[in-house]
Formats: sequence, structure tokens, C-alpha cells
Amino acid sequence: MPQATVFAATIAGVEALPVEVQADVTSGLPGFGIVGLADTAVLEARDRVRSALRAAGFEFPNARVLVNLAPAPLRKHGTGFDLPIALAILTATRQIPAGLTAGSSAVGELALDGSVRSVAGTLAYALAAARCGHDLIGPGGALAAARAVEGLTCHRLDVLQELRTGFSALPVVAHYCSGGFTEPDLLDVAGHAGARRVLEVAAAGGHNLLMVGPPGSGKTLLARRLPGILPQLDDAERLASALVHSVAGLDEAPLLAGRRPFRAPHHTCSVAGLAGGGSPPRPGEMSLAHNGVLFLDELAEFSPSALQTLRQPMEDGSLTLVRAEGRVRYPARFTLVAAMNPCPCGFLGDPDRTCDCADGIIRRYNTRVGGPLMDRMDLVVRVDRIDPDLLLGAEQGESSSVVRERVLATREFACRRGGLSSGLSGAALLDACRLTGATSRLFTETARRHHFSGRAVTRVLRVARTLADMDAEKRVSAAHLAEAVGYRGWENR
Amino acid sequence: MDRVETGRRGEDAAAAYLDRIGMTIIDRNWRCPAGEIDVVFLDGTTLVLCEVKTRTTDAKGSPEAAVTPQKQRRIARLAKAYLADAGAEPCAVRFDVISIRVLAEDRALLRHHRAAFTVDG
Repeated sequence: MPQATVFAATIAGVEALPVEVQADVTSGLPGFGIVGLADTAVLEARDRVRSALRAAGFEFPNARVLVNLAPAPLRKHGTGFDLPIALAILTATRQIPAGLTAGSSAVGELALDGSVRSVAGTLAYALAAARCGHDLIGPGGALAAARAVEGLTCHRLDVLQELRTGFSALPVVAHYCSGGFTEPDLLDVAGHAGARRVLEVAAAGGHNLLMVGPPGSGKTLLARRLPGILPQLDDAERLASALVHSVAGLDEAPLLAGRRPFRAPHHTCSVAGLAGGGSPPRPGEMSLAHNGVLFLDELAEFSPSALQTLRQPMEDGSLTLVRAEGRVRYPARFTLVAAMNPCPCGFLGDPDRTCDCADGIIRRYNTRVGGPLMDRMDLVVRVDRIDPDLLLGAEQGESSSVVRERVLATREFACRRGGLSSGLSGAALLDACRLTGATSRLFTETARRHHFSGRAVTRVLRVARTLADMDAEKRVSAAHLAEAVGYRGWENR
Repeated sequence: MDRVETGRRGEDAAAAYLDRIGMTIIDRNWRCPAGEIDVVFLDGTTLVLCEVKTRTTDAKGSPEAAVTPQKQRRIARLAKAYLADAGAEPCAVRFDVISIRVLAEDRALLRHHRAAFTVDG
């Protein structure tokens, strides 16, 4: 009986799980069946494969063709199965030699004319192939990203017709070239000394940041400049962040070059848009911002249910979607930068303009964000309108490159000491702070007076640890603690 | 000429055509409780089950368009019954459709669709 097996994979979360595509061509009523929990897009492969094979000059067998996708209980998604199904049929009918696809995984969507198109998640497929010790067969466009995977041999196949002449092996590039992109520079920001300081603290320690201020005061301007003062992604981070983008069907090239993701979803963003979801599940903005910055402008305008989904990933660095068809885990370790007006009109607390919002409206506006989320804001800073003299003056602020040097130095100091403070908690955090008896007593008293929650205590200590790192101090002093407490917004309101 | 007569003459024409192109006709109007297969013939070693559709006008669309997916599934069911009944050895099977559009009393347009459909699922 003519049978053949070609390896493929299906995306679950940010991972590609290996799938065997088995083709069985037998005599009997002519037909083409696919079994093995395939979704609609996979079933549609039947018509694409039939046309593509004929267009490429191959013969579609006039026989009973049965394709099984194993393991059967795993749900299979997407059009990436077109190519492996076609290869399995061609191998089973001896139209191509069995050796051509042996030891390889294949991924690609077929067009009716026999050309192979790339699909979302190529990087995940490449990692899965590398894990199984396979080569990867796919279209050239998709393999650009796959080459970032070390030790993976890629075989390029842009049209099925090329199967007659054999593949051209692509050169392996283990490391992507870095750089080649520019971020907005802090040079363009006049004044805002306080906000600049807080931005630097956020960059140095990976702390969450909320900017409150009237419209047009420069909150967005500042937020966009955070990626420029962060270090480039390291090798592990590049792959992890690019993987999320790849699975979502977005361009992963800038991330592979080391650029930190900066995601700024509009405030009409839904729960699924922020957290991920849909069928098949796709990563949301929180995951797309993995290892980067998630900027939520007009924080209070987001729907409360969307905002509350932020809480758990902010603690865990990942989120798990549980759906009827199974559970998927997405990474979501991001620095949250939020901006909001102090009240609906935006002028509450402005020295020159009067706010004409009623008290009740201001209260309602502030409760939209909610206590639990505010409690997770490490740094709250007021961003006021700046004087036109300063704005139009010739004096420029420090450039991003200068600030970034300091941030890099701080992070290096923190790493030598034992790791970024945002990753510390409990005894390890206390240990890293090395508080003296007097400082410790002072802090306990402050915490009691401000009614700090356990989480607030941890978060204040983390910020204080970062401030000490910025001064290259091994011990957190009372001054560091005082500054850190001053940045707490929730209890200070 | 009534509809039955049209159909019968169409099937005769189809059989004559198949004979002319060298096919071996095995069965005509094979019946079972589920329905009827118009022509069964051998193309080399391939067993072909053929539906013949004759039309005198295009008012209801072309003859081949009448072989809808439902009808294809019905023919596929009939095919299983036929293969079981004939006790045929496992062999390649094909579904053809022959469409005949009657143009005048002594003239018609015949189209032979080889492998017109398959049984997917």
C-alpha cells in the first residue's frame, strides 16, 4: 500500500507542536479525506493541494486519498499544513523520492498555481523542527526568520515545480545583525526634570510607571522615549519576543535585531485584544509587549474589564488562557507605562487653569482604574504643562544615549549584586536591600502610617533598591526609601 | 418527445460515443433500491461510473450543473452498493459525467467530463 509520512507542526500558544502528516493512497472510490481534528482552514487544503499539484505538473491520484494528522487528539490549525500534505501525497505516489523529505519538517500554504506562501509563526515552526532534530522546508520569505534558530538547516521551496530539481540549502545565520533602527530621542523633550528622572528609574529597574497630567503636557512624548533608554534585547529575549510576534503574524525582524517592542493599543482595546484570545487563540497586546513596553494612553478610558486583565500578568510575567479547546500560555513580562488626565477635563491641580468637573465626576473617573491596579503602579509622576519660554528656548535636554549609558551601568551593577530588583521578592529582596536597623524601623513606621499593603511594601523596596543601584550603593538608605515612597501614587492621593 | 424519451436517447448517444472511443461498457441502467447508475464502463483497468444528463434547453442551466453535490453524494452511495453487488476486485474507480445538450432533432452537443468529481470527506 502506498503510504508516506511527512513532519509538520501546529501552533499552540507561542509553541509549535510536532504533527505527523500521514498519507495513504488506496484504490477505491476517488476522494480526498483529512482526519485528525483539523479546523476549516486545514480542510480547505484539499482544494488548494489538488489544484497546486496539477498546476505544478504533478498528478493528483485518481484514488482514495486519506490524510491523517497525528497525534489525533491535538487540534490542528492553519494553512501551514498545505505543503506537508502535498509532499506526503507526492511521496506516497512515488512522484518524488522518499529521501527528499526524510528528516524534515515542512510548513507552507499553497497557492493554486503551485507557489508556496509563508504562514504566521514561522519562528515557532523553526524552533519545533530544531527541537525534533529536523530540517525545515518552507518558502524563502518565511525562512528569513527561521535562520535565527541556531543549528537549523533550512531548505527553500518557493514553488512546487522546484521539487523536480531539488532544494537549494540556505546558508545558516546563527545571529541576527543588531541595530539598524532609531528610537525617538530624549533630546526633543524640554524641561520635565521630574518625569525624566522617573523615566530613568523605570528603565533602570523595569518598574511600572503612571504619568498624570493635563492634555498636551508631554506624557505620550515621554513614554515613546522609554525604549530608547532601555538596553537592546539580549539573545534569549530576542527569540522570546520575536516568537510572540511571529505567531501573531507580525514582522519579527526588528525584534530579532534587538529592538524592544513598544505596544500602544488604543483605549477601545477589548479584553481579548489586550490579553489574547479568539479561535484559534492569538496573543494579545500584553504578550506582544513581552520584554518591552506596554503603553496605555488615556488609562481611565480603557474598559474596566480590560484593565483588570493586566493585574495577573503584571505579577507573574505570563498569562494562561483557558478555553474549551485547551489551555495556552503566553509570556507577558512588560513594563507598563500608563498616562491619564487627573480628571475628565484634565485641569485638576493645574496652577493656571481651573477644573470645572464636579467632585462626583472626578471620583468616578478615578475609580475607573481601580485600587488593585493602582497598587501595582510603582512610580506615579505628575507631568505638568511646561513654560513656553522653556519649550521654545535653545536649551536641550540630555540625549537618550547619555541616559542609556547610565541605565546600562545601573543594570550592570544590579546584576553583579544579584539581579534586577523587579525580579526580587520576599527574603531575597530584603537581603538585597541590606537595610540598617534605623532605616528599617523608619520604613516600618512609614508603611504603617500610609497603610501600605504587603504588595506595596515589596514594590517600594524594589524601587528603593533600584534607586540605590543608580547610586551604585550596596545598601538602601533612608533617602532612597523616602524617594521611593514619594513615587507611590495610590496611598498619597 | 417527453422527458423519459429524451433521457433514454441521451443515454444511447452516450453509450455509442463511449463505444466509439474504445471503452468497454459493462452495465447500463444498473438499478438498486437507492437509485440508478446510467453507464458503467472500463477505461483500461479503471472502473468508471458515469452519469448521463440530457437537456433540450439551457433554461435551467447546463446539463452538467444538474449534477449537484447532493447528487454526487448519492452517486457515491450507489457506487458502494454497485461495487459490493458486482463483487469487484479492488481497483481504481472514477466518476465521469457526460452532458448532452440537444440542439435539434438530429444534432446534439456531447461533453465528457472525466473524473468529474470525487468523494471528499
